[in-house]
Amino acid sequence: MTADVDTTRPSFGDFVAAAQRNGHLVVQPRMGFGDLERMRAGLVATRAADAVSVGTLTLDSYTRTGDHEAARRALADGVKLNGYPIVARPDHETVELLDGVRDVAFPVQVRHGSSRPQDIFRTLTRLGLEATEGGPVSYCLPYSRTPLREAVDNWVESTELFAGSGADGRRPHLESFGGCMLGQLCPPSLLVAISLLEGVFFRQHGIRSVSLSYAQQIHPAQDEEAVLALRRLAVEYLPDTQWHIVFYAYMGVYPRSPRGAALLMEQAARTAVRAGAARVIVKTEAEAHRIPTVEENVRALEVSARAAETAGPPVTEAGESGVLAEARALVEAVLDIDPDIGRALPRAFERGRLDLPFCLHPDNRGQARSYIGDDGYLRWLSTGNMPIPVPVDSAVPSRLTADALLTMLHHVEQRYDRAT
Amino acid sequence: MFRGGVTGFRPKSIVSSTVSDSHTWNLIFMQLLLEEMGHEVVNIGACVPEELLADACLEHRPDLVVVSSVNGHGFNDALGLIRHLRAVPGLERIPLVVGGKLGVDGVRDVGFTRRLLNEGFDAVFAEHELGGFREFVSARGLRAVS
Repeated sequence: MTADVDTTRPSFGDFVAAAQRNGHLVVQPRMGFGDLERMRAGLVATRAADAVSVGTLTLDSYTRTGDHEAARRALADGVKLNGYPIVARPDHETVELLDGVRDVAFPVQVRHGSSRPQDIFRTLTRLGLEATEGGPVSYCLPYSRTPLREAVDNWVESTELFAGSGADGRRPHLESFGGCMLGQLCPPSLLVAISLLEGVFFRQHGIRSVSLSYAQQIHPAQDEEAVLALRRLAVEYLPDTQWHIVFYAYMGVYPRSPRGAALLMEQAARTAVRAGAARVIVKTEAEAHRIPTVEENVRALEVSARAAETAGPPVTEAGESGVLAEARALVEAVLDIDPDIGRALPRAFERGRLDLPFCLHPDNRGQARSYIGDDGYLRWLSTGNMPIPVPVDSAVPSRLTADALLTMLHHVEQRYDRAT
Repeated sequence: MFRGGVTGFRPKSIVSSTVSDSHTWNLIFMQLLLEEMGHEVVNIGACVPEELLADACLEHRPDLVVVSSVNGHGFNDALGLIRHLRAVPGLERIPLVVGGKLGVDGVRDVGFTRRLLNEGFDAVFAEHELGGFREFVSARGLRAVS
């Protein structure tokens, strides 16, 4: 199944916009293989799924860390890679890989996770691939020791190069990974703020089609509120930009039972549709155990598409736990430092105006912490120097113990496994 | 957090990952556990090169260094780490322990544990030996009395 697109060249942003207009949630796997045949089979199966799907090329970790020589060696020695080595592979092999699969009705996004992505962006530009994702903060703080200032410089260079590739009529599309920080236990307002700020960063460096991410947390109503807040801020801060929201199925410790995993995925798809997200990144029933097969991915795409069809009416009024007000305060605090987001971000983290709970990167202050309230909402335990009032509530635990942290990390897993 | 404030001794610990391990929830957990035992904790974070850990030890002079790894390369990474650290002047005797999910198969490897001990670790703990870790900290007199 495909959406109507009125252009002759693949445009990720146009495809998703058309699908949303037609009432379809776009579903997408996170899929990457080093082997050409498997990668091709994965793309073909994703396209053939009974859903409005887009394809994914997830890159391997050598390519992600810039060690293309190691990726080349692995290819030569037949060593299995955990993703597609797009830089190390000769261009013509990638062209052949995508030939006859990728077209206007099936755009493909390249996913990587690099804080030093220049080589990757050069390759995408050369190959005419128009969609990828990441961000100066979201691909630096959680996974690397790269200094944030350096990551910002790398992303400025990469984003401008990518924007320049739109000169021939293609419209490069960049997604911010900012709504997924640390996978779990980051309160929604901070996810919304970082995603929005990275989107504006992309726009400031020439990208005119972006997506803003948000990852499913623990309470569906709070997630709906967060997506509505993100949409609201996108309207205000990205006025001359094509944008949509991409919703990620839960990124933390995943349910172990197939049924629990499917229930969590279905909830993600329904929340996404109800809150007005246009695209969802799926997780499979095998998630807790191993890297999923192509078949498991296709099943997850179809499960998500079916759940989306029964999501019910869209939500226009979210609950009011304060996500929008907090996110707005964070965004404004960063813009107050400098309207140039790339200059503002490192200083914002230095001053603790942005402070990721439980993030150990040297450029993160680490004074903020979160907890799961009795009502099942993700809340602030402490906010450090962020412009968010310190919670005053007798129900707030005085401190976080190691045992309480473990319980929080497994909260979603256990709830959905028990529900089966 | 340290409560009471009347004792004269507050142990200081360094918590660190290995060079190839980017997981951090285990490090946060160990930090909270040590804080509950009255420690001041310096958490170095993920993907820690051996030189960086050595520098941090020389700078902070901790009473205990806790290396935690869960990516399955822990045995190999820890071997390189202990050889490096024990060769640094001033770090020959600094208390160093390692634990977590150290092998890919999730099984405790007795031979490898012996090698790590021979190379200079003071203790090696498998994933489910937190009790043993707590006892180690207490027995060494590294638990602050509150």
